[in-house]
Amino acid sequence: MRSPLDTTNNHKRKEIQVNATKPHRWIAAGLLGLGISVPALAQEDTIKVGILHSLSGTMAISESTLKDELLMLIQQQNEKGGLLGKKLEPVVVDPASDWPLFAEKARQLLAKDKVDVIFGNWTSASRKAVLPVVEELNGLLFYPVQYEGEESSENIFYTGAAPNQQAIPAVDYLMNNVGVKRWVLEGTDYVYPRTTNKILETYLKEHGVADDDIMVDYTPFGYSNWQNIVSNIKQFGSQGKKTAVVSTINGDANVPFYRELANQGIDAADIPVMAFSVGEQELSGIDTAPLVGHLAAWNYFMSVDTDANYDFIDNWIAYNDDDDTVVTNDPMEAHYIGFNMWLQAVKKAGSTDVDAVKDAIIGVTVPNLSGGYATMMPNHHITKPVMIGEIQDNGQFSVVWQTPSTVAGDAWSDYLPGSRDLISDWRKPLECGNYNVVEKTCGGSAE
Amino acid sequence: MTLLRTITALVLLGCLAVLGLGNAQAQDAASPQQAPPELRALAADSYTAKSRAIQDLVASHAPRTRIWLQALLDGKLQRLEDDGRFVIVTNNRGRDWTVIDAVDDAPLGEVSRRHIDRITINNALRNQLRSAMAILDLDADDPAERLASADRLIGEVDDSLAEPLSERLDAESDPDVRAKLAQALALYRLQSGDAGQIDAAIDTLSGSLNPTVRAALGQVARGDGEAAAAAQQALAGIEQTLKLNHAAETLYFGLSLGSVLVLAAIGLAITFGVMGVINMAHGELIMLGAYTTWMLQQLLPGQPGLALILSIPAGFLVSALVGVIIERSVIRFLKGRPLETLLATFGVSLILQQLVRTVISPLNRTVVTPEWMSGSLVVNEALSLTLNRLYVLGFALVVFAALVLVMRRTRLGLEVRAVTQNRSMARAMGIHATRVDILTFALGSGVAGLAGVALSQLTNVGPNLGQNYIIDSFMVVVFGGVGNLWGALVAGMSLGVINQVIEPWAGAVLAKVIVLVFIILFIQKRPRGLFPQKGRAAEG
Repeated sequence: MRSPLDTTNNHKRKEIQVNATKPHRWIAAGLLGLGISVPALAQEDTIKVGILHSLSGTMAISESTLKDELLMLIQQQNEKGGLLGKKLEPVVVDPASDWPLFAEKARQLLAKDKVDVIFGNWTSASRKAVLPVVEELNGLLFYPVQYEGEESSENIFYTGAAPNQQAIPAVDYLMNNVGVKRWVLEGTDYVYPRTTNKILETYLKEHGVADDDIMVDYTPFGYSNWQNIVSNIKQFGSQGKKTAVVSTINGDANVPFYRELANQGIDAADIPVMAFSVGEQELSGIDTAPLVGHLAAWNYFMSVDTDANYDFIDNWIAYNDDDDTVVTNDPMEAHYIGFNMWLQAVKKAGSTDVDAVKDAIIGVTVPNLSGGYATMMPNHHITKPVMIGEIQDNGQFSVVWQTPSTVAGDAWSDYLPGSRDLISDWRKPLECGNYNVVEKTCGGSAE
Repeated sequence: MTLLRTITALVLLGCLAVLGLGNAQAQDAASPQQAPPELRALAADSYTAKSRAIQDLVASHAPRTRIWLQALLDGKLQRLEDDGRFVIVTNNRGRDWTVIDAVDDAPLGEVSRRHIDRITINNALRNQLRSAMAILDLDADDPAERLASADRLIGEVDDSLAEPLSERLDAESDPDVRAKLAQALALYRLQSGDAGQIDAAIDTLSGSLNPTVRAALGQVARGDGEAAAAAQQALAGIEQTLKLNHAAETLYFGLSLGSVLVLAAIGLAITFGVMGVINMAHGELIMLGAYTTWMLQQLLPGQPGLALILSIPAGFLVSALVGVIIERSVIRFLKGRPLETLLATFGVSLILQQLVRTVISPLNRTVVTPEWMSGSLVVNEALSLTLNRLYVLGFALVVFAALVLVMRRTRLGLEVRAVTQNRSMARAMGIHATRVDILTFALGSGVAGLAGVALSQLTNVGPNLGQNYIIDSFMVVVFGGVGNLWGALVAGMSLGVINQVIEPWAGAVLAKVIVLVFIILFIQKRPRGLFPQKGRAAEG
């Protein structure tokens, strides 16, 4: 490992490196021999940050802002002097909302571009595609979105919420504070909603909810013909018991869903909708006046009243050419936390070496945007406060309930058979993502 | 240069002067606010304390009670961080919010949102506020307001409210409001369980479609005795009406989905059905129509309705123009080679999508729904028809009728039919076949643009819009019988209704699968669709 600050012997080392790598480096070496400086060479002494977010396709609506956010964070860090005396250099790729392409692009980032860390992914499907690649090539991936759990990889850090940091507290809130007795679990038809709903169904039944009082329904991605489903929900909710909808509808299908709710006059005071995937970004597409009072569960809202948050928002607005209409959201906060955790871990380890950072990052604590702190736990999940927000008429949420302290993410749900005995601890000596505490073996699985 | 500097200096001076004025004003108003204790109590920390504060405020009969309750409900009642002054926010967009004093309406200018604390409420408080305001509104002058508040009070009447409400009922002149008030009171009597009044109460409530009423009747019906029998009877009547309404609603949903399918497919019925061109870029022509709507709304800010109406001709023209360009530059070279046409137009569709992504944005655009298209047409308490879909249904029928007229009654239609039936014979008769090709394709593409205008009111306007409809469109055309406009109409509507009838018990994913399987089986039996073409054209 060469010292990051050693620049004296630059020339020679470059040439040695050049032999081992790509043809265009040969040309660069040739030019160097001629005494011509090439900007590309200056980049050799940077720390490379891979950004793996879709910039086209269906997920672009959510993911492209995260790419911009990371560019902003990297720019800010470079203005502060970079990291370990080097500049950070973003490497942006576009996996185009295509899950297999995510794996390919991750391989490219790690094997060809030799990035030191990757921030990326949104859907669970894409994360599942990338997982074997980062494990094989020993990379680091920070994943910023709430997900269904049932996974813990040595190479992935989950800065979004696990089900116990979002779904379970949200249902608790509805049950205890709102008095909900009948439940509609409405979701998009893929792994995250299906697993989350499986967990919630078990949880609700353990709390004495009858089968008849739970309605589960799935719709395809990008669904827009909600009239029948919304009418069904209305009917299901008019049986005299307090009813709520728990929505894991993902992506842009939410816009027509909420429009239909408003048009059919479903009032939040009668049948509230609790959403797990609807944030400020999704609401920016709709008139929220008829939706006031519908709920969302997150670990951060743009309306959080702290100076750290206001500074972050102001920076974000300034970064977007003072466009006042841009919004921040929960996955952005997750990346903010993840990025700062990684910076600290690198400083602690004194290098960007993946194994060193992996060891150093456990226990690292950084401030979050809601006035508290986030700590990286041994299971590669972080501590987060859980907040319930109600939609306001200006497209923002107002926090109506919050956990008194932060909640540590649990990779393996206690409400799924097989997974309740599993724990994850990446510290020595256990070093296992799925340790079965009953059988005392590593390598259990949820199924 | 000096001139510029002078101007800058002047502008700066002006700004300073305005700022100074603003400061002076703020200082004027800075005398401590005389907020009554009822108002202060609303800023309590816990929701239970707030709930009590609302009760106290209503009981205090303060003159501004109604205004404060409304502001609290809207989330506009807030407090300044510096001096704890209660204010009402009149504009909460952007970073600085405009506020007025909550006690005397004095304007306080703009305040940074960092320095305002919102008095938060939750759904339970919202319910309480609405009920409290409903009681206040019972004395409103406008009968519509009285009706709304009477409706609100069904199921919310308690012992303290029963007495004033029955007085109100005696004084009420409007028959609708009277009926609602009577229902609200009857429900209270039903639930309070006074044996002497239950029969009369059930009598008043029978026929009501209100869910609260139904739940209460259900409870009584589960008991025994005479009252239970009467409640069961009332309930049976209600269930019967509900069932009818539900059937009507499903039919409406089906027709509405069908109208979307018809709109999307009918342009294709012309280009594919009549001309025999497999145009995979049809979906993107729909998308362009939707983007035209968005573009016009950007050009005419504040007038979404006008923009929407103007985008009907504009969307037609834009898509027709692009259609002509595609026809002239790609399709005409591939005449009679369906596979190559399919591939080429698929390429065109990808190019158009990427073009929109690069030029406009990969993100979805917001198309505003005008006021007159939002909400729903309330037929009764159990049946309401959403307005946006009602308009689209009407629009689809108008477009269809216009197209049939064009094909049957105009010279163009005659020529199109002639060219379709026998191209060389038509040319021999002096018809300019190339011109007919262009015009037909323009017509089909233009109609796709119209579909886009309508879809912009129902679904997301984004680069992928077209892809979601292309398969459905082909499905409708093939099912209806290639080359037949009426086939497209019948096929679209029936597929819509079938889908919506299946959906409630099979779920959205399975319903789509079932419809596809049904079509596959149908095509096996009748390869030429519902309305096969007869005669020579069928062999061509």
